[in-house]
Amino acid sequence: MSNAIELTNVTKVYRKYARRKQFATLKSALLSGSLIHDLQPEETFPALQGVSFNVPAGRTYGIIGRNGSGKSTALKLVAGITKPTTGTVKVDGRISALIELGAGFHPEISGRENVFINGIMLGLTKRDVARRFDEIVEFAEMQDFIDAPVKTYSSGMYMRLGFAVAIHVDPDVLLVDEVLAVGDEGFTHKCLDKFGEFKRRGKTILLVTHALSLVERFCDEALWLDSGKVRGSGDPKRVVGAYLTDVGKSEERELAREDAKSEQRAESHEPTDRDADVQVRSVAEDMTRVDEGRWGSREIEITDVTFRNPQGEASHIFQSGDPMAIHIAVRAHQETEDFVFGIGIYSAEGVNCYGTNTHLEEFTPLQMRGDGEVTIAIGSLELVEGTYKLDVAVHKRDGYPYDYHRLLYTFRVKSRTKEVGIYRPRHTWAFSPNIQVRRDGL
Amino acid sequence: MLENLLQLPRYRGLIQSLVSRELKARYRGSVLGFFWSFANPLLLLLVYTFVFSYVMRPPEGIHDYALFLFCGLLPWTWFQTSLVESSGVLISGGNLIKKVMFPAEILPIVTVLSNLVHFLFGLIILIVFLVYYQAPLQPVELLWFPIVVIVQLVLTLGFALILSALTVHFRDIKDILGNVMTLWFFATPIIYSWKNPPAQIRRFLDLNPFTHLAVSYQEILYFDGPFGHWKWLLALGGGSVALFLFGYFLFDRLRDSFAEEV
Repeated sequence: MSNAIELTNVTKVYRKYARRKQFATLKSALLSGSLIHDLQPEETFPALQGVSFNVPAGRTYGIIGRNGSGKSTALKLVAGITKPTTGTVKVDGRISALIELGAGFHPEISGRENVFINGIMLGLTKRDVARRFDEIVEFAEMQDFIDAPVKTYSSGMYMRLGFAVAIHVDPDVLLVDEVLAVGDEGFTHKCLDKFGEFKRRGKTILLVTHALSLVERFCDEALWLDSGKVRGSGDPKRVVGAYLTDVGKSEERELAREDAKSEQRAESHEPTDRDADVQVRSVAEDMTRVDEGRWGSREIEITDVTFRNPQGEASHIFQSGDPMAIHIAVRAHQETEDFVFGIGIYSAEGVNCYGTNTHLEEFTPLQMRGDGEVTIAIGSLELVEGTYKLDVAVHKRDGYPYDYHRLLYTFRVKSRTKEVGIYRPRHTWAFSPNIQVRRDGL
Repeated sequence: MLENLLQLPRYRGLIQSLVSRELKARYRGSVLGFFWSFANPLLLLLVYTFVFSYVMRPPEGIHDYALFLFCGLLPWTWFQTSLVESSGVLISGGNLIKKVMFPAEILPIVTVLSNLVHFLFGLIILIVFLVYYQAPLQPVELLWFPIVVIVQLVLTLGFALILSALTVHFRDIKDILGNVMTLWFFATPIIYSWKNPPAQIRRFLDLNPFTHLAVSYQEILYFDGPFGHWKWLLALGGGSVALFLFGYFLFDRLRDSFAEEV
């Protein structure tokens, strides 16, 4: 089978202007005598680096990746809108690019005239457009408005008409960039049906999207781009899986960084004199205020808080139902007999999901000195998916705070199922034999 | 470059529909609509005629000043509007260049052509004037008229390509251009006759390409006697083709930068 699209070792470098250069004008270029120099980029930014991939004719190929990974650049190169800096791009057959729908619509003239001009722009003849006109209008569901000027259209109408024209060009290669969010559910289904029809007729489709389920369901092959480089390609399910794992890891790093940052912020707001100490104590009593921060006298200090997964590794991401252990490292600067350790779990909206301390659970403090560690092991994290914040505190039985860490720690709970609420009780479903169900996605 | 240039005829359908879109869109929503294509040059003519017939004395040796003026003013308006509009056309049409595979040179070409259509509409008024003033037209001279128009078309296209491509990189060309065009207008024998200024000044006027177009129009349509300026016109025709090719070459060289710069 021949390749419809071939990218060989493609690199695309964009210029990155310093702010000063952004408004480079003839005058400034002439005055500083740097006419030629200013045209040379000061800094460059590689959007794609040595990317190669082939799409055999008749296949549906998905490109996934984070924002800024070079997906759209790759698509623009295939569409021929920009040229690669090095490497070659070969495309066989007529291309229609669903990149910007309705680009080139003129707002002042009617939808009808715009359909003709847009069609001609995409490579049809006037007669071709005339022949397909009714079909286009019907597909866009625009029968009633086709003679109104385009400027009166809603954005949905505008996109639908653009989509309808582009898809009726009858291309050999269809390039799709994140355009399925065009209409309501019904229209989206119609678009998917149309793609299906394209597939059956042996057309090549190159799809750039964040809708991973679409890639899994629809594509024969997938490519994962990351910072302009190919990270993986092949079977869509495996590529999507690898991509999701990587996204999870970087979320983890993100959370760790956020934690470090908020701890640092709390450190820098640390009260220094006694007056401030009294003042902060009143803040401590105001428990309804959801402000992150740190206060206390520091006779006992919380030096470190980590979440650990069942394997004992520090982590910020947990599956719903997994065990989680919270390790609190503490240091007593003097020997004490009055201390209570406590935690509080808050949802992202600030709802207190759970709170406990050693006093409530009837531990009587006897003695503490030097460095130590407190571990709260949660057997099963029965929370629905979401981001949660943690309070950690050590204080006297009467509430006098030694060290209070308010909402300084973040962890994320992931779940394959998307239930709502906060608490996810362990549960099972049972159905009598006359009710038949199938469990999907397992 | 030649390859791309030879591709151009393939896009005539697109150019044609874009020109007609341009014309339709321009006056959409105005009360007089297409009538403005006639009214605009007519009003401009009224202003100049008023100034030069009542405020100032018309130049020596020019009778029927309105007709004389119109012969130069109408082509000038085509030329000037084309250049000013095409200097911004790649930027305002940026969406097309960035999002659709679209031969960018079509945009300045469409600008020049749609202004040509306005020029042709203006010709209808000019014909009315010619009949009214009973201008001494000679059929043989009139055969030169389409040639003058073609030379002007090629010249204007050449300038339009250069300006549109350069403005993408130097936005201030747009502002400079407005003033340059005013100077250029007065350096062209439109409101005065080529024969009016002293000989040493006329030598400078000869360096101005539009001088020869204006003089050609005036000789064909206004002045008596045979068309004596044809040598200049043909030379200008050759120069225009060269300018067009240079313009296309420049445009083609800068083409790849458009999608990133507009």
